[in-house]
Amino acid sequence: MEILGLLGSGLLEAIEPLNLALIFIGVTVGLWIGAMPGLGSVNGVAILLPITFLVPPGSAIIFLAAIYYGAMYGGAISSITLGIPGASTAVATTFDGRPLALQGRASLALVTAALASFVGGTVSVLLFTGFAPALASVALSFGPPEIFALMLLAFATFVGLGGDDIPKTILSICLGLVLAAVGYDEVSGAPRLILFDISGFLHGINFLVLAIGVYGIGEMLWTIDSTRGSITMSEAKLTVKGMVSDAKEATRRGWKGTTIGSLLGFFVGVLPAAGATPGSLMAYGVTKMVSRNPREFGQGHPGGVAAPEAANNSASTGSMLPMITLGIPGSPTTAILLGGMVIWGLTPGPRLFVDESEFVWGLIGSFYVSNFAALVINLAFIPLFIWMLRMPFTILAPMIFVLSVVGGYAAVRDMHDIWLMVVFGISAFFLRKFDYPLAPAVLAIVLGPIAEPTLRQSLLLSSGDPMIFLNRPVAGPITVIAVILILLPLFKVIRNKMRGQKMAA
Amino acid sequence: MRRGEIITAGILALLSIYMMWKSTELEVGYIRGQGPGGGAWPFWLSAIMLICTAMIAYNWVRRTSPPSQSEEPVLDAEGRRMLIQVGGGIVGFVALINIISMYGAMAVFLFYYLWFLGRHSLKLSLTLSLVSPVAFFFFFEGLMRITMPSGMSFTQPVFNLLYSIIY
Repeated sequence: MEILGLLGSGLLEAIEPLNLALIFIGVTVGLWIGAMPGLGSVNGVAILLPITFLVPPGSAIIFLAAIYYGAMYGGAISSITLGIPGASTAVATTFDGRPLALQGRASLALVTAALASFVGGTVSVLLFTGFAPALASVALSFGPPEIFALMLLAFATFVGLGGDDIPKTILSICLGLVLAAVGYDEVSGAPRLILFDISGFLHGINFLVLAIGVYGIGEMLWTIDSTRGSITMSEAKLTVKGMVSDAKEATRRGWKGTTIGSLLGFFVGVLPAAGATPGSLMAYGVTKMVSRNPREFGQGHPGGVAAPEAANNSASTGSMLPMITLGIPGSPTTAILLGGMVIWGLTPGPRLFVDESEFVWGLIGSFYVSNFAALVINLAFIPLFIWMLRMPFTILAPMIFVLSVVGGYAAVRDMHDIWLMVVFGISAFFLRKFDYPLAPAVLAIVLGPIAEPTLRQSLLLSSGDPMIFLNRPVAGPITVIAVILILLPLFKVIRNKMRGQKMAA
Repeated sequence: MRRGEIITAGILALLSIYMMWKSTELEVGYIRGQGPGGGAWPFWLSAIMLICTAMIAYNWVRRTSPPSQSEEPVLDAEGRRMLIQVGGGIVGFVALINIISMYGAMAVFLFYYLWFLGRHSLKLSLTLSLVSPVAFFFFFEGLMRITMPSGMSFTQPVFNLLYSIIY
């Protein structure tokens, strides 16, 4: 009851005129920043942090949290409408969001994304309200072996359930992981894989360089080649009746993904150094794994949009939990928020709930209000996004190329990476022609910087014994599932051969 | 497509070998007390890539993958023309950035695509080519405080004028 009372006062604080106005402004700004390729919540929060010194700390964090929420919603927009992931958190949304848009069903994808984000945000806020301190301690018990096992599971779902050529899928995953290893060895600090001794590789390869190259350039070249450039991007039409029907379909086909994404996303978000990106990618993989029709994923399944969108919103709330309760940021954006809190004179940590309860519950209240505001604003903007899609392809295509180059530069600020993006784009075009799946490579370059250190730390803990991934209570079952998934195609081949022999007999 | 499939696998095999060799600049085995060496992760991943290319080649010999069964060309004449015009346009766009600035290159690329490839009217092509870079300038430089490449020194008077508006 005490919690409900505190939450009630927090909600009342969130709907004070100044705070409510800041929530709506923050969500709208965040939505557009998130929708811009190359820019994500981290840019929005970092850039607008100085502005928050004009208002009290409680209102300031509410404004930044609203930007964070808005950007999480916005990331899906460019993934669906343009086929370019706006941020790493929206990479998985591209896998099914873009095929839906190309089928003229962008409205369904956008409505699914909005609803799933809302549910994900709501579930996470409920979990946050009820279980904050307990979950923070569970998250801390997750060590490197458990996190690496989770990463392995994410890769395994692509191999076991991808439906693509298995050697090409594994090659794609390994290529993404190797590209993620370019730059410096984190342990020794020595330069590593400086390809062709080009100094531009010293700072590594940002995942956006590969993601924008693959989706913004390669995929567009493939579309132009396969359609001879004589198509409109989408025949999407939008009516109120159509949106209601889309909402029904999104609920019917996306509920499972939304549920998985909401719960999994929150928990992965809570893990220190994980955040919304692995959360969304894993939610996609697990939803595909438990689906009755996993082969429909990647072809335009609403569940493939719902899972990552619910997860990235849920994770964005989850990642606030270790920041507030322990003072450990779960993502780059929360790291900036943490910096802001310190500047405002607040000390994040276990005492914050006691010493600054008004601030904490006002923030939690603002999560509820921001989530609702984001849903309303997002749905209101859908007609505009659909209108963009109905532009002639010969206008939309150069705009996408321009956004790819400008967005890529905004993220990395290095011309070497822009050239690399073009090389990746043209290579992706040819690889796509030969049926190489490229989504696993993008997944791998995003998760690689988490997977490698956790593997090395685990092996160091066990003095090189790989059994550490099997004999721990949490890591063990996850690793076993991952191994089964990796071996699944082999089982299928053996089963088909045995069936063939029986038929012949 | 059939020939292209094996050539692609060959190129990827060479890339894998190159990355394996490059990884050996750091220790690729297990170092007692330090864990796996810095080169171990990329080395073994590249080795798996190499094995995958061998499997792709094996499937090519057996003609089990769709591209290994297809006798169609990878790119027909129309496809080659598209790749040169569109792909070349993107390369030209990026090449121009350090000469006439990001915004100048953007204007040239948009005009090239809209007017030459898209066959849109001169009025529409010019309008979009000039308005878009200005809009991008105010968004990135004014709102987001992200500075884009301004090209060679001859573009400075234009930038000075624009900066005087936002600062």
